Amino acid sequence: MSPSSGDRTIKQDFFPSQQNSIGYTLTSLPPNSDSPDREGRSSVRYKCSMINSILDVLRQRPGWVEIKEDGEWDFNWCDVGWLRENFDHSYMEEHVRICHFRNHYELTRKNLMVKNLKRYRKTLDREVGRLEGAKCDFFPCTFELPSEYHLFVEEFKRSPGSIWIMKPVARSQGKGIFLFRKLKDIMEWKKDGTRSEDQRDEAPVESYVAQRYIENPYLIGGIKFDLRVYVLVTSYLPLKAWLYRDGFARFSNTRFSLSSIDDQYVHLTNVAVQKTAPDYDPEKGCKWQMQQLRRYLTAKHGSEAVETLFKDIDNIFIRSLLSVQKVIINDKHCFELYGYDILLDQHLKPWLIEVNASPSLTASSQEDYEMKYRLLEDTLNVVDMEGRLTGKEKRVGGYDLMWNDGPVYREDVSLETLGTTYQIANTNLGCVNDRRKQLRQLLKPFPGHKRS
Amino acid sequence: MMEEGADLSVTIAQIVHRLKGAHLHSQLEKQARECLHRPEIKLESLKEDVRSFLKASGWERKLQNAVYRELHILPPPGHPAAPPEHTKEPLVYMRKAQASWEKRILKSLNSMCTELGVPLARKRPVSEQKELTNKWNEMGTDEPDLSKFRPVYAPKDFLEVLISLKNPNYDCREGLTANSHWGLIQISLNVRDIPQMREAYPELSLTCSQLGIDDHAHIPPDLFESEHIRIGKKVVSEQDSAAAQQYSRQGCPTGFRAQLWALILNATNEPEDIMHYEQLKAAVIHHDLLVDNLIYKDVKLTASNDDYYFVFEDFLYQVLLCFSRDTAVLEHFSYNSATPPKSYIQGKTGAEEFTVVYPPNGVIPFHGFSMYVSPLCFLYNEPSRLYSVFREMYVRYFFRLHSISSSPSGIVSLCLQFERLLQNHLPQLFYHLQAIGAQPLRIAFKWMVRAFSGYLSTDQLLLLWDRILGYDSLEIVAVLAAAVFTFRAENLMEVTSLASAEAVLADLSTLKVMPLLQVFLFA
Repeated sequence: MSPSSGDRTIKQDFFPSQQNSIGYTLTSLPPNSDSPDREGRSSVRYKCSMINSILDVLRQRPGWVEIKEDGEWDFNWCDVGWLRENFDHSYMEEHVRICHFRNHYELTRKNLMVKNLKRYRKTLDREVGRLEGAKCDFFPCTFELPSEYHLFVEEFKRSPGSIWIMKPVARSQGKGIFLFRKLKDIMEWKKDGTRSEDQRDEAPVESYVAQRYIENPYLIGGIKFDLRVYVLVTSYLPLKAWLYRDGFARFSNTRFSLSSIDDQYVHLTNVAVQKTAPDYDPEKGCKWQMQQLRRYLTAKHGSEAVETLFKDIDNIFIRSLLSVQKVIINDKHCFELYGYDILLDQHLKPWLIEVNASPSLTASSQEDYEMKYRLLEDTLNVVDMEGRLTGKEKRVGGYDLMWNDGPVYREDVSLETLGTTYQIANTNLGCVNDRRKQLRQLLKPFPGHKRS
Repeated sequence: MMEEGADLSVTIAQIVHRLKGAHLHSQLEKQARECLHRPEIKLESLKEDVRSFLKASGWERKLQNAVYRELHILPPPGHPAAPPEHTKEPLVYMRKAQASWEKRILKSLNSMCTELGVPLARKRPVSEQKELTNKWNEMGTDEPDLSKFRPVYAPKDFLEVLISLKNPNYDCREGLTANSHWGLIQISLNVRDIPQMREAYPELSLTCSQLGIDDHAHIPPDLFESEHIRIGKKVVSEQDSAAAQQYSRQGCPTGFRAQLWALILNATNEPEDIMHYEQLKAAVIHHDLLVDNLIYKDVKLTASNDDYYFVFEDFLYQVLLCFSRDTAVLEHFSYNSATPPKSYIQGKTGAEEFTVVYPPNGVIPFHGFSMYVSPLCFLYNEPSRLYSVFREMYVRYFFRLHSISSSPSGIVSLCLQFERLLQNHLPQLFYHLQAIGAQPLRIAFKWMVRAFSGYLSTDQLLLLWDRILGYDSLEIVAVLAAAVFTFRAENLMEVTSLASAEAVLADLSTLKVMPLLQVFLFA
């Protein structure tokens, strides 16, 4: 049932610029807007270091011009390496935008994220109470190694037989991760000293985190999966965060069983790792769109249980962002698109696995390409270089405003909620994404009015 | 009037006969016996008191549901002197065609068997049995060599047979005229046209709300959805089959579709159902059947390659392998025009007393068969539950999609209905397509044989199957096929070959079925 050219009229024949180009074509997506009311820039000069869907999105945006080499730019989709080297030395005019926060790693490096979350939880315990602090109970017991080695051993001994997972703090795509049940497994690893092939002797000991492995993940068809969800932060002080309706569930390639810890292909669900597994079939979709997952869970557990689940997932985003709010260097030039990895357990409890500052924008299929295209298009809509938004919007395309210096609620008042103080959060993860219609209505100027 | 009364008592007698001795019967007796201890049962009014107890405790409802289920599969009353074949299929030429088609299938199966030297059935050695028991939940990881096996037949082979069906009493006119039938089906059956469909399917009308349309994102839930959900909850708690069926006509909410379908089909998950399933599983472990390889091949070729159903591969084996061994399925052949294939025990060919039905359930899988099960995996994950629901759906509906009969839900009627609806609704399109050698049925057939499974997106497919259950008929499948052509008519008018027509209709995954059906029938 993989989509083919079907009835989608191919309006423009764009050549996607992907490294492993499988020839995806852009089909039936309309040009950005008819005649935008340009209060902002009439033309935007951009730099982009990626060769995947973001480049296509940028190239196809009306009025946006690519700058190569050294030239002045208004917008930069950079990678974190560039940011590290250049951010501090760059002067940016007021209107300029860049796609990372200077010290995003406070949220995206596993050890720092855990540290910040633990600290935030302690603050909540202290200032509000244990009940509030317990709302941060969404990440598994984690210790930084080698600094917290002794604390880790204490906890490890307290729960003998449980499985732990070791992850390098700074690497992505599943590299360097392994599972263990016995302390001697990591003793050997410590002695071994060969954490990776590309590590040099002079390099400092790489930091790892040891985390309690979730042994009862939610399985579909006996297969483990995790969720990738997209959250866009346009400001930390005050905190303004948007949640995208689309996302996906990534399936492991093989059935789940605890008996083979060594088979990392079972346990790690990153697509990057799955791609190297011996029986990986690139034509076989290892992903479900979020809408499909939501429907499946609703069919299995009923809508109330699923609504609770998605509320709990919202909670993860908000608390994790709040935990780093005061640590991240806020800068009005910065915005950041995070890829959250969430794992569900059999009790339908969501767990935060990690946050990615550079979620993969390379597509694994035509469907995936289109989803990422929409996501990036809407990201640029929210960033709004063209100045078409009022700033009061609660929804832009597939993005719903989740937090705006406080929780954001839907305005609808239904007969059931009238008379009660119950309010529904303004998030719609896994729900219908009728973004085109919404964008058409949103980006039309009011008759006779100019946008203020 | 007298005849009606006589018919009714015959029906009642038939149903009583079927239910007598069923597990429900013994359960009711047990309940009635045990309730005698209860204080509210008085000797003077014993009968009424026991009756009210059974009603209050929900047992009467269970009996009602069981009776309702029997009514569904009960064939229409026939003449007392009619032979049993007439219950299977009243028209002789259809029976003959079905019989010769079956002969062909069997020949194909037997020759594959001889060619490959694989026995039809084989007892597994103990070591193999043990291995299979351990691997029961992950049979998908097995990679047996299936290259030599071919599906016994594919839908397009079956289509050729249907196209060649001729009624010896009916003289088809040569040449195309405004009055003739331009499609491929050459026989005439009574199929409903649009005005008749409107009358029979009033709940799909523009003035009636339903899921798939009125639960759309921008419509406030108070207008329909919330109330519909509330009613749905009530139907489930009342455990009423008939109410559930009526309810399903307007669509089942995702949250309790699973319970509603189980209710409509009266597919229970009592201990005896679980035990039955376990017995079938044991049968799979003990014996290996040739058809098992056909099932493996089919799953690998179809469901495993589907973007959404690949995840359920293991469930499909667990259901289909057991299904092949379920002799309870043989019951449905009394009203199915098909007859289960017979095989002879080795060395005793010809001796009637040594025949066995092969496979044990009498159903030989074809290419795409596993797609009947895949959407159900979305709703049920306990294997025995999934199995009961699938089996009931098969013996009520799916079997009609691959046997030659005159039933209004049979594939022949569906093909004819599709062609007639399209020809009457869009004659220009139909004419154009047949002129360029792209007969619409050649494209739509594969959708109808699978009841659109694997062609529509899952949520849309489930909305369609809600209506199949709700109206107890597969006609809606033919209507949808015509509605799809209508929807893409503009593009289809531009094509100049069968291949380009296929391309226009290759991807149905974005279609919304309820608006299409509604517009086609009522707009």
